[in-house]
Amino acid sequence: MNDSPRTAVSNPPTQSMISNLGPGDLVRRSATESLPPPERQLTPVAKLIDVSKCIGCKACQSACVEWNDTTPAIGENVGVYTNPHDLTENMFTLMRFTEWVNPETDSLEWLIRKDGCMHCADPGCLKACPAPGAIVQYTNGIVDFIHENCIGCGYCVKGCPFNIPRISKADHRSYKCTLCSDRVAVGQGPACAKACPTQAIVFGTKEDMKAHAAGRIEDLKSRGYSNAGLYDPPGVGGTHVMYVLHHADKPHIYAGLPDDPRISPIVQTWKGLTKYVGLAAMGLLAAGSVVHGLFARPNRVAPEDEAHAEQLVESPPGGSRETA
Amino acid sequence: MPRYAQPGDEVHPGHPVTVSRYGPLARLNHWITALSLILLALSGLAMFHPSLFFLSDLFGGGQNTRAFHPWIGVVLFASFFVFFFQLWRANLPERTDVVWLSRIRDVVAGNEESLPELGKYNAGQKFIFWSMAFLILVLIGTGIVIWDRYFETATTIETQRVAVLVHSIAAVLIICIFILHVYAAIWTRGTLRAMTRGTVTGGWAWRHHRKWLRELAGQRKTKPAK
Amino acid sequence: MTNAWTDIKNTDLVVVMGGNAAEAHPCGFKWVTEAKAHRGARLIVVDPRYTRTASVADFYAPIRQGTDIAFLLGLIRWCMENDKVQWEYTKAFTNASYIVKDGFGYQDGLFTGYDEEKRDYDRSSWDYVIGEDGYAVTDPTLQHPRCVWNLLKQHVNFYTPEMVERICGTPKEKFLKVAQMIGECSSPTRTMTSMYALGWTQHSHGAQNIRAMAMLQLILGNIGVRGGGMNALRGHSNIQGLTDLGLMSHLLTGYLNMPTEQEADFETYMKSRQFKPLRPGQTSYWQNYRKFMVSFQKAMWGDAATAENDWAYDYLSKLDVPAYDVLRMFELMNAGRVNGYICQGFNPVLAFPNRGKITAGLSKLKFLVTMDPLETETARFWENHGEFNDVDTRAIQTEVFQLPTTCFAEEEGSLTNSGRWLQWHWAGGSPPGEAQHDTWIMAQIFLRMRELYRKEGGAFPDPILNLSWEYHDPNEPEPEELAKEINGRALRDLTDPSDPAKVLVPAGKQVVNFSQLRDDGSTMCGCWIYSGCFNEAGNNMARRDNHDPDETGAYLGWTFAWPLNRRTLYNRASADLQGRPWDPSRKLLEWDGTKWTGYDVPDIAPNAKPGEVGPFIMNQEGVSRLFSRGMMRDGPFPAHMEPFESPVPNVLNPKMRGNPVARIFESDVAQFGTSEEFPYAATSYRLTEHFHYWTKHNRVNASLQPEFFVEISEELAAEKGITLGGWVRVWSKRGSVKAKAVVTKRIRPLRCDGKVVHVIGIPLHWGFVGAAKKGFGPNSLSPFVGEANIETPGYKAFLVNIEPSTPPAGVVA
Repeated sequence: MNDSPRTAVSNPPTQSMISNLGPGDLVRRSATESLPPPERQLTPVAKLIDVSKCIGCKACQSACVEWNDTTPAIGENVGVYTNPHDLTENMFTLMRFTEWVNPETDSLEWLIRKDGCMHCADPGCLKACPAPGAIVQYTNGIVDFIHENCIGCGYCVKGCPFNIPRISKADHRSYKCTLCSDRVAVGQGPACAKACPTQAIVFGTKEDMKAHAAGRIEDLKSRGYSNAGLYDPPGVGGTHVMYVLHHADKPHIYAGLPDDPRISPIVQTWKGLTKYVGLAAMGLLAAGSVVHGLFARPNRVAPEDEAHAEQLVESPPGGSRETA
Repeated sequence: MPRYAQPGDEVHPGHPVTVSRYGPLARLNHWITALSLILLALSGLAMFHPSLFFLSDLFGGGQNTRAFHPWIGVVLFASFFVFFFQLWRANLPERTDVVWLSRIRDVVAGNEESLPELGKYNAGQKFIFWSMAFLILVLIGTGIVIWDRYFETATTIETQRVAVLVHSIAAVLIICIFILHVYAAIWTRGTLRAMTRGTVTGGWAWRHHRKWLRELAGQRKTKPAK
Repeated sequence: MTNAWTDIKNTDLVVVMGGNAAEAHPCGFKWVTEAKAHRGARLIVVDPRYTRTASVADFYAPIRQGTDIAFLLGLIRWCMENDKVQWEYTKAFTNASYIVKDGFGYQDGLFTGYDEEKRDYDRSSWDYVIGEDGYAVTDPTLQHPRCVWNLLKQHVNFYTPEMVERICGTPKEKFLKVAQMIGECSSPTRTMTSMYALGWTQHSHGAQNIRAMAMLQLILGNIGVRGGGMNALRGHSNIQGLTDLGLMSHLLTGYLNMPTEQEADFETYMKSRQFKPLRPGQTSYWQNYRKFMVSFQKAMWGDAATAENDWAYDYLSKLDVPAYDVLRMFELMNAGRVNGYICQGFNPVLAFPNRGKITAGLSKLKFLVTMDPLETETARFWENHGEFNDVDTRAIQTEVFQLPTTCFAEEEGSLTNSGRWLQWHWAGGSPPGEAQHDTWIMAQIFLRMRELYRKEGGAFPDPILNLSWEYHDPNEPEPEELAKEINGRALRDLTDPSDPAKVLVPAGKQVVNFSQLRDDGSTMCGCWIYSGCFNEAGNNMARRDNHDPDETGAYLGWTFAWPLNRRTLYNRASADLQGRPWDPSRKLLEWDGTKWTGYDVPDIAPNAKPGEVGPFIMNQEGVSRLFSRGMMRDGPFPAHMEPFESPVPNVLNPKMRGNPVARIFESDVAQFGTSEEFPYAATSYRLTEHFHYWTKHNRVNASLQPEFFVEISEELAAEKGITLGGWVRVWSKRGSVKAKAVVTKRIRPLRCDGKVVHVIGIPLHWGFVGAAKKGFGPNSLSPFVGEANIETPGYKAFLVNIEPSTPPAGVVA
């Protein structure tokens, strides 16, 4: 069994390989209370997107469509280069274009960011998911959607700090970038990284990618981008898709990349306190009722009550003893 | 204008006396609402806590559970509010409700003798009625916000997060109310027939809703005999 | 390209001007990112639009389209003035020291010899002073006032930074920043590469755009070196192959020329092609012209081409006009003088200017044959598509034959890339439906025509009847057979001239390369510059050895580059007069005392001594030309010329419109607009999501860029009340289109000659067939005028007007 692939540019292995991402490689499984510990630890992988090298050619989008065999709609132009206009169940990755005038230099910068799943170490989607096994996280860091288990509730959309998953209107299942888990499992890098002509998208072990990023950041600093840096947000435990940004001090300028993403406290409350307290409250109340019913005397209608009623109904009009 | 009695409420002399409490329409309404609520609880709980996900099998799997739940919610909402407009007047709070509530220990102990005479509904029933009404409104409102199939783009994700949290809290509460309601109906013997046959015995009415019974009895006597 | 794609990684400075490499050549652009990442190279983009290339550039400067010459001559002036000249290189390897004839001069934007009537120059004064020895006179000290260097200095003096700003609209400080960055590359150890494409070629003065940059590169010493050069990014995967194989009306293969009417016989034709060296000891490689020409004729007509019949010279057509380029063909169609048209692998309805005229021309044909893997607008030109193709179908009597062909992925053969690499490829799939290889279709047409000529005769059937057609299956020549024919072979035993007993190449064997070609009819060769591609060693184009010793980027074992597998042209210029590399860390060639050694195939005789034989062996001088003599129709130096439709007059000569020698058909004169009527400067271009009009048939590409749009500045949008994503109508003197509006900060109004110039960008990928939304192309608007030397239509600078509009009929807003 092979460990994680180290690069996306090498040619595929020529011998057939057994997938190295099986049930024994899971560290997390949605809506699953007790998951057996993984059988082994694969080297964590990461995709590094160097925004400063990206030319916005959308080869990654094409490669993604081709590999995943999706059928994005032919939309319309709404005055921008971002097409389709948002991620969809048929477009797992999207170049987002932002025209930004740098206030320091007064010169235009065209920021092009490849949007898609960040593969958080602490995935909000997985936390929110109510369907057992619909979202899994492998020991190499990939967060994957197992579509046959998906119920299409959209909770992952609410759980995600990056607004990534999309629910198909056709089959009502949630879709997003898989980091090409099916390729990575057999020693290949993601299709987008393979297709990227400028190697703005590179793939390898997370450690290697951080080292690569360090070199890129140094280069950017030499070109006057003093705030160049790596986007590996700690709020979600780091991500397995990272960005090199020329302006790492303000990620939001890159089409709203969150400055400090974390799982929303509302989602935390929902999936934490509410879940446990709510279950306890309902359970206790039901149990209490049963106990009360078993041990307390039922509230029965006594024969006197019936007599009183008969008396009341039969008594002459105008009043009765009781009301006197 | 009667104070407690509602259209269709009527006493029937006999041995024992029976009292019409709910007409066929009201009962149908109640049971549709009840069934909806049960189905909603079961399907909702399946999506609420992993240990209850097995409940989704009742609906033919998670996809169906997810798809049916909001539609059942719509049925519940419609059905409940037809019901609501029949009952709301009788559920308006009164001074005696405060007395009743202040003697809740006697209520739980079944010491009916120490409680004030009541109209058609006691404070507990009114609480359940109004809570249901409020929670169903909250649930339908938040439910629509998170009904992605049709309303995904109508609100922001942040709004949806709040909605899903509120929805789940409201759902927990309504299930609790539901348990209380059902248990109270079982514990208070002679109650269930009100929703099955539509009548209660005169004794039941005497014991639990005496003012209501008196009013009905009074009404009967003022009316010309058949 | 003088260099290769892979060589770009060796550069220190990339200047993208007249192109948009990242968008139009994203895969090749990877070598720019390599240079940036590994050498710390800088990238400059000069363009009317802030492109996706600009988005990764270190510096961006705006420029008004069509004014590149002023910008480049401004750079040359700045370098001369600030001593940013690679002096040793300039003196030794250019014609800076050559003395020019006294008659030559330049005034009011015109060189001497202009004839307004003929729209042409008498170029006789544009030449060197030839000494009594028959060689050009030079002054190596550059003191002579009539030497090229001093004339150039005088010529560019006009283009001050202020003048550049006035003409180009480039703010002076931005121009100076570019000049500074470029000036640094005059050091022998720093190189700059020029990457350009159709942004330079598609002007009436396109060739002069390129010459201006080539001259700058020469005085910086950047030609022939690693990481340097003039790198034309060719627009199709095989468009380099198209020109190499001479698919133009005035060319034969390998840049041999079609004869003209005046060259009635072979000797007359050859007389003007002697190419005698202009300096002592120089190679002047074109002296071998006759060998290539005779071998070509033998390839065409085999045994029918003999010494007695002047190698079948009479079989060649003789041009009565400079060229039957596409513009002339459609002009003739409109005049009713062309009745049939075979349209193989192109789509004139979207590709040629003034679509109205193109459609009118096609409508007058008797028949039209289209050969294409895709449904083209041309094949459907007669079909009414509402506003998108508003033709009266019933009025069109043209019979259209639509022949589906295979696409590149269904074929075996070679593609020649920008870097002159002939890359063999194999079929990846079988063709769908009735699609056939182009070779099969052409063979069928030929065989049937030959049969008709055989039966019925004709005025002159010989060229058809005698055409050499020795293929295994005459119905479909195989790609390898054609490749072997292109390489050439011996028809008789080729013996060593110094030892007749020694057979160098036995009869019937492939020649090693063009050095073995003869002018006595003993060899044949289809395209001399490709010779060596498929010799007795096998199919060299199919080689896939990616070893690269010392990582120079040469990859000599990867496919085959013409000529002679040479990767960098003029590579001898990478070393100084003693043969030592200018930059030892970027050695390409080195003189080891007896011969040239190094990483590339020397572009000079391997034993040609440095200091004696110049590096530019194709030139009679042995040096490169800052002054191009009479080689170009529009001047020996580039000079600023405005587009025919320009928002401002030419500051040099307000009466001069466009290129003074560009050909204008009488019928088009009335169709030029003025800046009063059409105030906005339009330009057209590709987007990276698409390839021309092909990928709109592909659902994936169509989804990535679904609908036709134009790009305008926020300022113009505000002025005109145009909203983001709203519909606009754009019209010129020749046509009107409707498009969505992309309102952007990436286009800013320019200030030229005191006037605000708004630029409108029009991408070219939409038509009325395919998967994408129906749309228009910029050719509905662009003028019917070509480049003065080569007739490449100009799509990059013309005038339009714009207004908010309703959607085209039938399109939901």
